[in-house]
Amino acid sequence: MTKKQDIRFIQGNVAMVEGAIAAGARFYAGYPITPSSEVAEASSIRLPQEDGLYVQMEDEIASIAAIIGASASGKKSYTATSGPGFSLMQENLGVAIMAEVPCVIINVQRSGPSTGLATKPAQGDFLQSRWGTHGDHGIIVLSPSTVQDCFDLMIDAFNYAEKYRTPVIFLADEIVGHIREKVVIREVDENEIINRAQPDCEPEEYKPFNHTENGVAPLAPFGDKYVVRLSGSTHDERGFPCSRPDNADKFIRHYTDKIEKNYKDIVKVRKYNLEDVDITLVAFGGSTRSALEAMNMARKEGKKVGVLQLVTLWPFPEDEVIDALINSKAVIVPEMNLGQMIREVKRLNDFNTVVQGVNRIDSMAITPKEILDKIAEVENESSRIFG
Amino acid sequence: MWKVEVNEKLCKRCGICSTFCPVKVFTCEIDGLPVHTYQEKCTGCNLCVLRCPDIALTLTGGKEQ
Amino acid sequence: MKAQEFLVKEKFPLFWCAGCGNGSVMHAIVRCFEKLNYTRENTVVVTGIGCWGKGDDYINTNTFHGTHGRALAFGTGIKLANPELNVVVLMGDGDGATIGGNHLIHAARRNVDVTSIVVNNLNYGMTGGQYSGTTPCNKTTSTSRYGHIEHGFDLSGLVAAAGAPYVARGSVYGIVQLEKFILEALKKKGFSFVEAISQCPTHFGRLNGMKEPAGMLNWIKENSVSVSSANQLSDSERENKFILGKFADKEKEDYSTKYLRVIREAKKIKEGGK
Repeated sequence: MTKKQDIRFIQGNVAMVEGAIAAGARFYAGYPITPSSEVAEASSIRLPQEDGLYVQMEDEIASIAAIIGASASGKKSYTATSGPGFSLMQENLGVAIMAEVPCVIINVQRSGPSTGLATKPAQGDFLQSRWGTHGDHGIIVLSPSTVQDCFDLMIDAFNYAEKYRTPVIFLADEIVGHIREKVVIREVDENEIINRAQPDCEPEEYKPFNHTENGVAPLAPFGDKYVVRLSGSTHDERGFPCSRPDNADKFIRHYTDKIEKNYKDIVKVRKYNLEDVDITLVAFGGSTRSALEAMNMARKEGKKVGVLQLVTLWPFPEDEVIDALINSKAVIVPEMNLGQMIREVKRLNDFNTVVQGVNRIDSMAITPKEILDKIAEVENESSRIFG
Repeated sequence: MWKVEVNEKLCKRCGICSTFCPVKVFTCEIDGLPVHTYQEKCTGCNLCVLRCPDIALTLTGGKEQ
Repeated sequence: MKAQEFLVKEKFPLFWCAGCGNGSVMHAIVRCFEKLNYTRENTVVVTGIGCWGKGDDYINTNTFHGTHGRALAFGTGIKLANPELNVVVLMGDGDGATIGGNHLIHAARRNVDVTSIVVNNLNYGMTGGQYSGTTPCNKTTSTSRYGHIEHGFDLSGLVAAAGAPYVARGSVYGIVQLEKFILEALKKKGFSFVEAISQCPTHFGRLNGMKEPAGMLNWIKENSVSVSSANQLSDSERENKFILGKFADKEKEDYSTKYLRVIREAKKIKEGGK
């Protein structure tokens, strides 16, 4: 039987909602903020059509709290925001990590800090998405570059959240959120969808945090035959507070390990023309679009330029970036901030590869021409390397 | 007769049961532990049990016993 | 299930100070659970942070222990995602009325069918007795040594004004009345709110000349008046009293019930669109 598919011409923000629904999400709580508000609007229309629920909370702190609560009750849940709201969510993001409650947080990045330029794009939350909440933890961050990504990658976001009992950050930006493109909204096969593991033990034996090495414990929803204790405080396997040093050590390591040790499953990149390359452009999100165009233009000039698009931002795709550093004479990192991702790239550069950034923070997208200019500059400066 | 039993391990000797007993059935030991001394006066109103912050008291018995 | 069976006896004795009212309120809550035939499985106790935020440690229903001030927001999600659950949110005055005050008034306005029980001991107990949003004017706390110059919230009045269908204030001294309010609140369909005026002998009591554990409870007793007799008091007289009784008790369709209409309308549009 062939699956249905709809071809539509919509915004990234709207495609995210269709992706979430396809992934099985049935609960949204949020607070309107530009440039993410279309996610709220589309959710308010679409979720009740699918027996889901939309609720508009009083702020972003309450919004993330409500989706964590709804997920604990067994509904796949998500929220959407932008920089200022994402900052407000950081404390409760830690609750989702500590209590190991799956959920998806969409951040359609805008120019900042503070109110910044609300309607303009930026990629300034790259590091906040990793280190915004306090304390040690692991986190999964995915970044779409097309409207199709907004649909397809959203399904991955929910799958990772459910599989690893973790919040997943969907780090979009204003470019991807507001651009309208053709997108295939397909009926998703059941096998594509991951739902959190359920316990099969006797109710009295159930421990919501009895995780296996690098794995996670099954999570029963509230209201089932199991009694579930969830806590944002450091707790034991049963969910009771426990301040023993060995217990704290074990759990805090677990929050990092369950993500980092499943690197191969989680990390996604896309490689364009990397087989034969002098210069690799390492990009994510909306800036990938400029990088791809710059690559095409450079190739027409006979320059061996490729693109490594990081789809998973965290855990950082170290192996793939190291390959790029080894295989390229130079790596250029275009990003709409003053150099956040390039720090990670430089950290991995044990190979004396030239690493330079193309950065804009003036609310305008990086143009392919700017990247081409940087390519020419790097070639001139490093003529010794390039011969 | 009513009997108020005090769980010594749970009681923190706050004195709320004895202070607010309407008929003053309790005396206190040196460390503050309440003792249901004037059992015959006890009306079984149960207020001490309800107010006890440590859930340390239980009321048993009754008028017939 | 018996009230005692809702308690996690292995964690006793209770962590709270001698004379603290939290245990009394918790005991009243589990007695109400018994009366209403709640089960461990169909009930979720949600807490924030603070002394009363430790309440879930001793209750063996489902529990969710979240962040300071946000318990109602977690509870909102828990309830809306599964309206069959009994959701009981425990908050202190610092937690629920100060850092979480905005969530409180919006939960009341939104009318989600959860029951919140705020233990109001007039200060931040866990962090050492600093003033909270309900500390009365002129009282001494560890951060108002020269006398508190702000006015405390009339919490029950605030929540009633925000539209909650059930609001009542009782006290640990009047434990029978308090238990009756908790029972009514749990039974109420819609947002229900019970404020329990309680004692913090360790901090508020000690700093205000009531260092004996029973002293502050006695002060609450001496300064309590009923809603009806409070009508004869002037505003300044009212401010120095604990006005006990019901502030709201009415029928009002709750969020989940209303949302069923949203779903119906949404589906009509979807079908029409095809």
